[in-house]
Amino acid sequence: MSDTLSKIEKRTAYILLLPAVFLVFSIILFPIFANVWISFKEVGLKDIRIPEPRAKKIVKSIKDSSDEIKIIYKLRNSSLILDIRDVKFQDKIPKNSEPLNLDERCQLKSNIIYCDFGNWKAKYRENFQIVLKNKNGEKINKKEIKSIKPKLSGKSDNILLNTDFTLKNFKKVFFQNEFFDLLTTTFYYTFFGTIGSIVFGILAAQLVNQKFFGRTFMRSILLFPYVGPVVALAYTWELLLDPYSGTLNNLLLNFQVIQEPLNLLGQKYLTINFFGFDLKLRLALTTVIIFEIWRYFPLAFLFILARLQAVPKELYEAADVDGAGPLQKFISITLPQITAVISILFMIRFIWNFNKFEDIFLLTGGASGTRTLPINVYEQGFTISDIGMGSAVSIVIVLLLLIFMFIYFKLLGRRADEN
Amino acid sequence: MKIKSLILYCLISSIFLFFLVSIWKVLSTLQGIELKNFNFAIILTLGIGISLINLIIGDKFHKIIKSLIFAILFTFVDGYILQMMPVWYNVGIFGILIFYSLKIDKYNQKNLELDYSSQKVVFEFLTLFGIVLFSFVILFPFYMMLVTSFKTQAALLINPLDFSINFAQDIKELFKSYFVIFDTYKFGRYILISSFVSVGTVIITLIFAIPAAYAVARLNFFGKNFLSTSILIIYMFPAIVLVIPLYTVFSQLGLRNNVGGLLIVYTATTLPVAIYMLQGYFKSIPKELEEAAIMDKLNWFGIIIKIILPLSIPAISSVALYVFMIAWNEFLFSLMFLDNPNTFTLSRAIQYLSGDAETPRQYLMAGSVVVTIPVLFIFVYFEKYLVSGLTAGSVKG
Repeated sequence: MSDTLSKIEKRTAYILLLPAVFLVFSIILFPIFANVWISFKEVGLKDIRIPEPRAKKIVKSIKDSSDEIKIIYKLRNSSLILDIRDVKFQDKIPKNSEPLNLDERCQLKSNIIYCDFGNWKAKYRENFQIVLKNKNGEKINKKEIKSIKPKLSGKSDNILLNTDFTLKNFKKVFFQNEFFDLLTTTFYYTFFGTIGSIVFGILAAQLVNQKFFGRTFMRSILLFPYVGPVVALAYTWELLLDPYSGTLNNLLLNFQVIQEPLNLLGQKYLTINFFGFDLKLRLALTTVIIFEIWRYFPLAFLFILARLQAVPKELYEAADVDGAGPLQKFISITLPQITAVISILFMIRFIWNFNKFEDIFLLTGGASGTRTLPINVYEQGFTISDIGMGSAVSIVIVLLLLIFMFIYFKLLGRRADEN
Repeated sequence: MKIKSLILYCLISSIFLFFLVSIWKVLSTLQGIELKNFNFAIILTLGIGISLINLIIGDKFHKIIKSLIFAILFTFVDGYILQMMPVWYNVGIFGILIFYSLKIDKYNQKNLELDYSSQKVVFEFLTLFGIVLFSFVILFPFYMMLVTSFKTQAALLINPLDFSINFAQDIKELFKSYFVIFDTYKFGRYILISSFVSVGTVIITLIFAIPAAYAVARLNFFGKNFLSTSILIIYMFPAIVLVIPLYTVFSQLGLRNNVGGLLIVYTATTLPVAIYMLQGYFKSIPKELEEAAIMDKLNWFGIIIKIILPLSIPAISSVALYVFMIAWNEFLFSLMFLDNPNTFTLSRAIQYLSGDAETPRQYLMAGSVVVTIPVLFIFVYFEKYLVSGLTAGSVKG
């Protein structure tokens, strides 16, 4: 009895889960595996268009004979690379009309012209012509003929489905793509962005955890950068930071803080003289990191605030009795209470920052030393139009990500053990 | 009195004053007033003077009288240095000084002698600094977005720092950028598309997620633990590694430039987090209710509709709001899948606008305001429901 019940339960569970699992599998898991497949292929953006046979229909009247009309089909293979096999053509003609001297590849069956064009090479073109005559000698309606669209079909190879593989893409990724530079930029961006957002998160949480007028209001506005649409925020920053018309540069010039406008998003290095040493700061990268901190510290803030509010008040009261100062309280009570949250936050933010695409793409487009791995995926795939290379870089990202996630779940597991 | 506390108190409080006054000056500059200098030395000296006098007077006067005196004094000196300032500027300075004097009022010779008084001074002023600084840094870009959308290109060329809005002008002139983006750039259409995609994503995601979450929360089946961890792992995977395969497949299937294609992708990417949040809530519903329902011969469909749904309205609505916000803000997929201006979402439309270097920036900002306002409105209005979800990690980014 209970056996059948549990069987029913199982079946119900699978039925309930099936739609969601199917969708997630096809849109998220399948592409990750498809990346592996594509990354071993030499595929350009133009190759992924399936070649199509196309026909443009032009209707012309013939002088002195209103009961005849000429139709020209401009036939072509849409692909510049691939052939199409077994091209079939069909088009309807009006009743009461018949074709004159029909091409031998074609035949007429009850108002429809069927043609068999055979194989078309890549770039194939042909002007195919039919003359129609009205059986009753009446005028043929040009518009009626124009309104009917011919149908074409054909078979072709799909470059994605054949089994030619190559290691070229990975060779290029590791040896030609300034891979080391890419990796260091990504790590700079990820690491400093993560650290920065956590530090500001702690500061903000410490602030809001105190009682002051307008505290709930403060908590709301602290989250604005996180919930706002990235497009709007990135473009606002771009306008603020513009070297000529930007508000920030104009303000700094106006108050004589700087003498020359700074191109914060377009300059790779800024040389600072620091006690006689010339320090080279990666300016655009720093700006992008600051934007990232600005946008993502609210998440750290929320996590840490939630933890701070759970710290028992007695701990602080006891510390007051012992005569501890504010700094001592922060170091010996607050910090130990939030280290666990911080380590989790660090991993989450690290993984997400590592994959950040939109922010850099909208601010600099990856120029002036801000090209990270995700930006490189886009550039390879859609700017250089090399889909295979883009996939290969994606694979590198996925592999690194798996390593980070392994560490993250180890950490989660250890924390669960502690509790 | 400890000398260290005294010095720290004077320095930090006057730096804080300088900071407040400077922010006011920056904001005034953006209203078109010509100010070239922060007068660091003068204001610092004034600040130190005021803090010292405050200590010396102590509570001999009522604090309101004291702060009025300080404010009038400071405003007078400041007005003398910067001649010909408009009245509202001086009123602002006056207000800042009242606020500042009330803040330093609680320090007197006695409490600077207490243990850790220097640390306390530093902590308290750092808190004040923090509140002002954080609010300024966060709100400033939003403020600039809003005021830029009301300016004209010509006015910004004459004085790039003058963001004052002339309310005396005709409404049509004032909202010109908004009229232009709706008339010329068809933003009305993009709002419709964005709303359709976002609401559609919410509905489809809920239809898929509620049964799945119920199964994960309540039913026993083979592979349940595996599935729960997979949800978390899948959630961690970034959109950028999905983009190329999805692009190739969608191109071949003709799903690009198609709102339906976008709906499928958005649903799939929000499903893991929706399932994760909902199953957590479903677990908290008492099991006894369902057992009673099974006695009444209800099947799983009946259980979900009649028992689970009515009890989990708060959780479902917060998931719905999240999915809406994620879909509304999404940019990467709309960039990849939409090339045809007739199918753009709002985010994609703004990015398209900015691609043309000729587009005046006030149009770009008007577009940004249009895309930002609904999200911020939803967030502020439903904040209660949303904040707990954020800590559950619902918005990836």
